[in-house]
Order: sequence, then structure tokens, then C-alpha cells
Amino acid sequence: MFQIVIHGRGGQGVVTASEMLARAGFAGGFQAQAMPSFGSERTGAPVVGYTRFSKERILTRQPILAPNAVIVLDPTLLRAMNPFGGLVEGGWAVVNTRESPNGVRRISPDAPSGPGLLATVPADDIVREYLGRPIPSAALLGAFAALTGIITLGSVSDAVRQLFSGKVAAGNIASAEVAHQWVTDHSGDPDAGAPDGIGPVQADRPTEAELPNTLIGAPEVSNA
Amino acid sequence: MHELIEGSKAVARAVALCRPDVVCAYPISPQTHIVEALSGMVRTGGLVDCDYINVESEFAAMSVAIGASAAGGRVYTATASQGLLYMAEAVYNASGLGLPIVMTVANRAIGAPINIWNDQSDSLSQRDSGWLQLFAIDNQDAVDLHIIAYRLAEEISIPIMVCMDGFVLTHATDVVDMPTQEMVDAFLPPFTPRAALDIEHPSSMGMMAGPDIFTETKYLAHRAMLGAIDRLEAASKEFAEVFGRRAGLPVRVLGTDDDAAPGRHGQIAVIAMGSVLGTLEAVLPSLREEGVDVHLIALGAFRPFPSEALARAIGQASRVVVIDRAIQVGIGGVLSGAVRRAMKGSPAPLHSVAAGLGGRPITQDSLAGIVRRAHAGNLGDLTFMDLRDDVIEKVS
Repeated sequence: MFQIVIHGRGGQGVVTASEMLARAGFAGGFQAQAMPSFGSERTGAPVVGYTRFSKERILTRQPILAPNAVIVLDPTLLRAMNPFGGLVEGGWAVVNTRESPNGVRRISPDAPSGPGLLATVPADDIVREYLGRPIPSAALLGAFAALTGIITLGSVSDAVRQLFSGKVAAGNIASAEVAHQWVTDHSGDPDAGAPDGIGPVQADRPTEAELPNTLIGAPEVSNA
Repeated sequence: MHELIEGSKAVARAVALCRPDVVCAYPISPQTHIVEALSGMVRTGGLVDCDYINVESEFAAMSVAIGASAAGGRVYTATASQGLLYMAEAVYNASGLGLPIVMTVANRAIGAPINIWNDQSDSLSQRDSGWLQLFAIDNQDAVDLHIIAYRLAEEISIPIMVCMDGFVLTHATDVVDMPTQEMVDAFLPPFTPRAALDIEHPSSMGMMAGPDIFTETKYLAHRAMLGAIDRLEAASKEFAEVFGRRAGLPVRVLGTDDDAAPGRHGQIAVIAMGSVLGTLEAVLPSLREEGVDVHLIALGAFRPFPSEALARAIGQASRVVVIDRAIQVGIGGVLSGAVRRAMKGSPAPLHSVAAGLGGRPITQDSLAGIVRRAHAGNLGDLTFMDLRDDVIEKVS
């Protein structure tokens, strides 16, 4: 069993990211399960999503306590909490930030220290170029694919196409490709960051009205 | 076809495959995604010949369901928690009138204190309402149980709640083998009501029953509920013939080669309903490796309560552990109370374990710890799993 915890904030699309990741794993031949952890469903509040891959049928429904990998959608979480708690020995982490891996380690000492275990990617900058808004899920899954090899970039694209269409799908797929390439290009240098973002990109961006709620990650309203 | 799908969307599609005439809906978490998905299907033509009725409350939802069912329609609604309590008066009327409504209960705690998370207090509070209550282990089960529920409800003229753990199942994305329309049509014939209101042939339904016949009405309802066990087993068997998998068994022993026919009994029998069974099944191998002789019993139906099958499945176990997802304050677990009654005459001690109340995560470690304590003879009659002493001390 391979278990991934996704940390983000309400409104960033954590639930969509964990489902997209499960779809990428399923497209890659795994049994898969995605499960949101419902805390306080307020925009901006920390939110956690869980994804499991397995060759066998997945029985358990407990929260993921010891992840094999962690994906951090929001860099401000690093200073607010420890998203790497419980990560197994040799576990991976992908962080959406302009910081370098060593920069993340200085902020959050529990970030994976071994070579090839921690990737940073300026996903907000990348996605802003292609979609016009910082909704980084697909880009981070592209980075996750490059870091871990558990899923392929092709599976990420499949998952995006299952959830979105048109310009929104195209922008997400392009973002995943750029993030995948970024991690591949910078894998040898733990001090490589992106202090100035990634620079302008020519892209046919969707309009605000074309962005679906699920991608923006409108938090579930608990009509209690 | 196997696909990855959110539990709520899978259930909505299963309901659509059952060709409901009327869907009435009032949103409440965690069932909202189900009725939203059905609304989308009606709007976009994925569900035809169906009236989707937005109502102003859960009481109205059940009242509209009663009216539509009495007029001979196949009816669906869904609710949870306070919503189920708000419709309770009409819930009893639906069963008393013998209307085969199918309703999903996305199980959720009842306030106060307000809590939107999962336990099974809501549907279990309606245990005496005269409805059947089937409990899904996972989202495949949830899909299959809705199809079985329409078939069975219409055969026996009793409404059915299909209970699935809120959030844990409704919001989980899992691999589900979605049935085809052909399969569902082969299993579920069009609804032919025993009696229906008809403007052309006026009649009344739900007349007053005085002291002269009220006892008899209740006796007949009791008899029909007892008979529902055999009918559920038969429907489950036929389902397997059409769909190639078992669903709807009132009692199953999990983790054995043959779920339907328990071949292996342990010293400790663990009994549960709903999604906690998956987490329990995941810890079985390590417990057995440690030498804890345990078997896991899945209760698929709380109403009708399959007392005889349950007693057989418990077998000669020397201890029985019941995972209770709802409690009767001052008494103990709701499920364990029913199990105790089914175990009459058995010398085995019964241990009730209140677990996962109001969404407290149920972990494999905590469950394994409970079973180990039972094995060692250190488990009390009633345990609140993972009780936080720090919180209790502050209040005491």
C-alpha cells in the first residue's frame, strides 16, 4: 500500500487534488481510494486529503497516519504546522513554493533530508500562467510523478481529462508538464529555487467564468 | 465496469438505474452530493420520466414521498441526522401505510452539540419506525443495496433505509463496479403497486384503525418484518445470479473463503455494521498472526434483525465484541443491545465498544487494541474507545 497525504487550505482544491491523484493511480493500474478529512470547512483553514494506492483491494478507512508521501499545496502551512509529521523513513514530499528544498528544510526541519526525497516547485506561478489563478493541484501531481515515479505524467493527464475539459483541462495538463520538467531539471540541486517565479508564458487561458467550482475548490457548505 | 467514483455519485447513478418516478430532495450534509447528482441527471436528460421535486423541509420530503408512492410511483429521497428526526412523524406513516419508499440515510451524528460528522445515531434512532435498515460496508455495497432495496421494498410493501456512513463513504472516491441498465432491468421489474390512489377510481388510504384492529395491524407488521429476513436473503441470492457478486446478506462472516457460509469460528466474535468493517478486516491478519483467534461478523441488516443467523455466526465464540456507532445514553450501545437479545441463552460475555462517535477517526491500532484486550480478558462490558481523559477531567 502506498499512502499520500495532501495538505492545503480550504478553497485550494485539496479534495479535488486527492481525487485527481486517485484517478491517476487508477489509470496507472492501481486500486485507489481518496478520502477527504473534514475539519472546519472554511476558506483558508487547513484541510487534509488522503489518497491510497494498492495492488490489492483497499479495505481500511482510517485516516492516513504514516504517509509514504506528502504533498503541500500551500507554502504558508510550513510556518503554521508540520505537514511532514508521520512521514515514513525514506518518504517523499512535494511542496508548492518558490523556495529551494534546502530553504524548505530551514523553515520546517522535519522535511525529508535525504537526496531525491524532497522536491519544490513554484506551482502557483506555473498555474497562474496557464489558468490565470493559483489552483495548483495538477501541477503538483506532475511534480509528484517526476519525484516518485509512482505514477506517470500520462496518468496525471488522464486524470485531469476525466475531471475537466477544454481550456481548463489543457491548462492543467500544461501546468503538470511544466512542473514535471521543473522537478526533473532541478533534481540534482537542493539549493535551486525560483525566487522570481517562472516568467511569462504564452497560453490560451480560460476566463474566470470557465473555471469550474470543483477546480477552484469551493469548500463544501455544511448545511448542518 | 469498474471505475473510480465518489460514493455519493455512485449511489445517485444506482438510483437512476432503478428508474424512479419521483425524487424529492431537501439538502443536508452528508447526503447532499447524492441529490445534487440526481438533480443534474434529471436536468441533462440522464434520468428521464422522473419528477425531481425540491421541497421546503425534510418533513415535506417524506410527505411528498408518501403522496407519490401512494399514487403508485417509485420514489426516492435521502436525508441524514437532524433531517431524519425532522421527518420522523412521516417516516412512521410511510411504513404504516406499506409504501415501498427507498431512502438513503448518509449516517451522521445527532446534535446537540452540533456535529456534522459520521456515526449511526440517526437511522438507529428510527429503529422502531417499521422501516427496514440495510447497512453498506463500502461504496460497492451502497450501490448494490439500493438496487436490492427497491426490489425488496416493492415485494414486501415496506419502506427501506439504505444506510451508508456519511463522509467516510459518501465522500470517499473508490473503485466501484457500476451495474448496467440491462442488469438492473433484469433484476428489478417495473413497480406494480398493491393499491394506488387514482382520481378515476377514488379510494382512501390511511384510515383510522380503532382499538378493535390496531393490535392486529401491529401484529401483521411484526410478522411482515420477521418474514423480511427470508425475502432479503432470497433477493440477495437472485442479485448474485444477475450481477455476479453477493450483496444484501443480513449476516456475513468476513475474511473467510466463503463469506456466505461461515466455516471458521474464532474464540472472539467481533460484530459491526457499516464502513468500520473494512478497517476491522484490515487488522484481522495481524491479529491472527499474534495468535488472537478472532472472526468478524458483518451485520448487513439492522431491520429486519437477523437474530438466528447472527447466533449461528457467533457460534461457540467465548467472547463477543460489538462495535457500537450509536449509544443509548445510560444504557449502552444500540447494536449491542440487539445482539444481546439475539444471544439469549449464550454464556459468552458481550463487550460493547462505543467507537467513532461524531466522526472520531476509527484507527486500526485502536480496534486491534480492543480485540487484544478482549482476548486477554481485560475488556469491560462497555468501553468508550479512545476516550480522552484530559477532556473528562476538565469537566469533572
